[in-house]
Amino acid sequence: MPDGAQPVLDVRDLKTVFKVRGGEVHAVNNVSFDLKPGELLGVVGESGSGKSVTMMSLLGLLPTPPADVQNGSVTFQGQDLLKVNPETLRSVRGGKIGFVFQDPMTSLNPVYNVGMQIMEPLRKHMGLSKSAARTRAKELLELVGIPDAERRLKDYPHQFSGGMRQRVMIAIALACDPQVLIADEPTTALDVTIQAQILELMKDLQDRLGMAVIWITHDLGVVAGIADRVLVMYGGQIVEQAPTRELFKNPQHPYTRALLKTVPSVRGQREDRLAIIEGQPPILGAQPTACPFRDRCDVAFDRCARENPARFIVGPAHDAACFYDANTGAPRDV
Amino acid sequence: MFDAPKTNTKLVEVRDLKMHFPIHTGLFRRHTGDVKAVDGVSFDIYEGETLGLVGESGCGKSTCGRAVLRLYDITDGSIMIDGDEIGDTPQAKLRGKRPTMQMVFQDPQASLNPRMTVQAIIQEPLDEHTSLSKEEKREKVLALMDQVGLNRKFAGRYPHAFSGGQRQRIGIARALALNPKFIVCDEPIAALDVSIQAQVVNLLEDLQQEYGLTYLFISHDLSMVRHIATRVAVMYLGKIVELAPREALYAAPLHPYTKALLSAVPEPDPDLHDTMDRTILTGDVPSPANPPKGCNFCTRCPAVMDICHQQDPEYREVLPGQFVACHHYNDITDANAIRAASEAQ
Ligand SMILES: Nc1ncnc2c1ncn2[C@@H]1O[C@H](COP(=O)(O)OP(=O)(O)O)[C@@H](O)[C@H]1O
Ligand SMILES: Nc1ncnc2c1ncn2[C@@H]1O[C@H](COP(=O)(O)OP(=O)(O)O)[C@@H](O)[C@H]1O
Ligand code: SF4
Ligand SMILES: [Mg+2]
Ligand SMILES: [Mg+2]
Repeated sequence: MPDGAQPVLDVRDLKTVFKVRGGEVHAVNNVSFDLKPGELLGVVGESGSGKSVTMMSLLGLLPTPPADVQNGSVTFQGQDLLKVNPETLRSVRGGKIGFVFQDPMTSLNPVYNVGMQIMEPLRKHMGLSKSAARTRAKELLELVGIPDAERRLKDYPHQFSGGMRQRVMIAIALACDPQVLIADEPTTALDVTIQAQILELMKDLQDRLGMAVIWITHDLGVVAGIADRVLVMYGGQIVEQAPTRELFKNPQHPYTRALLKTVPSVRGQREDRLAIIEGQPPILGAQPTACPFRDRCDVAFDRCARENPARFIVGPAHDAACFYDANTGAPRDV
Repeated sequence: MFDAPKTNTKLVEVRDLKMHFPIHTGLFRRHTGDVKAVDGVSFDIYEGETLGLVGESGCGKSTCGRAVLRLYDITDGSIMIDGDEIGDTPQAKLRGKRPTMQMVFQDPQASLNPRMTVQAIIQEPLDEHTSLSKEEKREKVLALMDQVGLNRKFAGRYPHAFSGGQRQRIGIARALALNPKFIVCDEPIAALDVSIQAQVVNLLEDLQQEYGLTYLFISHDLSMVRHIATRVAVMYLGKIVELAPREALYAAPLHPYTKALLSAVPEPDPDLHDTMDRTILTGDVPSPANPPKGCNFCTRCPAVMDICHQQDPEYREVLPGQFVACHHYNDITDANAIRAASEAQ
């Protein structure tokens, strides 16, 4: 990843609130991050931590109401995607920004064959003729490793296995040579041997096509294997950001540290007793005025209940939203 | 901590268990084939141990667990639990045996009746199988809630008021109500968040320790099984391909499928990712309605040989306590030769 390069995507102070019966859900709170050209950015967090809502907000995919993207900017190719007209946004989405979601069955249309579904964005966004689109669709299926591509263009989604459907989704996302690919838990519903195939494919495609990728997962193992850099989300916020190796070697936020201790491994040291994180993730009912992790944090102190910590710089390209300094073992003096 | 089985007493002995589901097609719903969900598995579970059962979705883990508890009328085979053969016992006669063997399900949301209070849910097995007084039952339920770490104050609430991890605790309390000896835990943590999984696993371990429980722990999570299991069985397409003590299975797996499965687990350590040898399997699992001829794994096996397409390999004990079904280990008996055969793949 070229250091200091202009980001392809720059997200600032994103805030998304759902107005629901009985109150509000503050799903995404002042989330800022950027994506460098050719980089694979991992986003990890438990369910409900705001990963999907962040990505849906920046793609303009949330129904409004109940969603309300109250604040922020999303800069892509000199434009703020939160301000452009719906037409422009539609052409960016599925064009220069491709996306893949967890469950391909809900994103693929069951009544059209996959050939039609890959050809659609090619014709719409790239203006290809029908025959050119068909040729390109076949190439795309080959690119994502679907055997017998020519024949499979005529098959319907239900005729593919889960892993093959996810490959089809990746083919569609790649159709218009995107600069950015956003993949939201694309392997969570798959078995590990199939997940391994998809991760291998992704790394290979990224090498060959050079696009920037945001890969969302709740699995720290997946992130360790493919990401250049990682964002850790908790309670609707980014609580830590670091280059992958740095995050695993030198985690700074108490949540990241606890999470790394609580997951068992198949090859490393086996502990007789699993470390646990007591308690439950927070309920995001209001604008947070304190650290969202404080109830479960083993180093929390009085300040954590009074203020929501900003993201403190803790090292090169490394920040953590915590008032406690894990290196000195004492509260920060800022 | 819970490594060696506490006793050498077999609590569960399963032999050649088969559970086939008939496929009916056409206008007259003719019987045209069978889904061979479990197709001849044999294993023992020792008192006080945890046998892990792993494998990818659809390989037959849940069917196996349910068949062992006789939630199905099995197609074939024998099941001994606590000294009694229950494989062919008619359902009506199983009632007396039910309290001994219980189940904890994957989805605490779906397995708890939303219209019953926690008190009623946990109490239901007591209503059905005991003659305790109302007051005694109430006391027992509250004691169970204490044991699984649920606040007694919430006995009158409904399941929806609880988080996923708490609902799983309700399911566990219910399973414990009749003082069972044997519990089948079917993916009990699969629906829970990473930070909650460890809480539930630790609870299961504590309960096992305290009450001498025996578990069949079904999971697709190989790292969690490494943590909790004493011994581990690996299933593929309806059969057990390898069964071994935990350390042997993870450190020196013999079956090509076990090796590939373990190598596919992404490790939360970037250094390991860079240095690891990975076997990436190609293709998908065949349908259990139409398994391949020969070894069930022959269509994806990286070490496949001609014989594998012809003959189903025998499942046998090749090292003490380590069972494997693979032609690479035919006719070999000494440990060095076994290791050589494993490395040669
Ligand atoms: N349509 C919606 N209405 C109300 N709340 C929602 C909606 N979609 C998501 N949320 C809430 O927003 C929060 C973040 O959700 P999400 O981004 O989906 O989490 P993740 O992807 O990290 O699992 C959660 O508390 C979730 O319940
Ligand atoms: N009641 C049933 N009727 C027909 N087929 C079934 C039934 N239950 C399970 N199966 C099939 O048996 C196979 C094994 O399923 P299951 O035991 O649920 O696997 P696992 O728990 O390992 O994911 C699958 O192909 C599944 O579709
Ligand atoms: S800010 Fe406080 S409560 Fe939050 S993680 Fe840091 S130490 Fe813990
Ligand atoms: Mg999500
Ligand atoms: Mg199952």
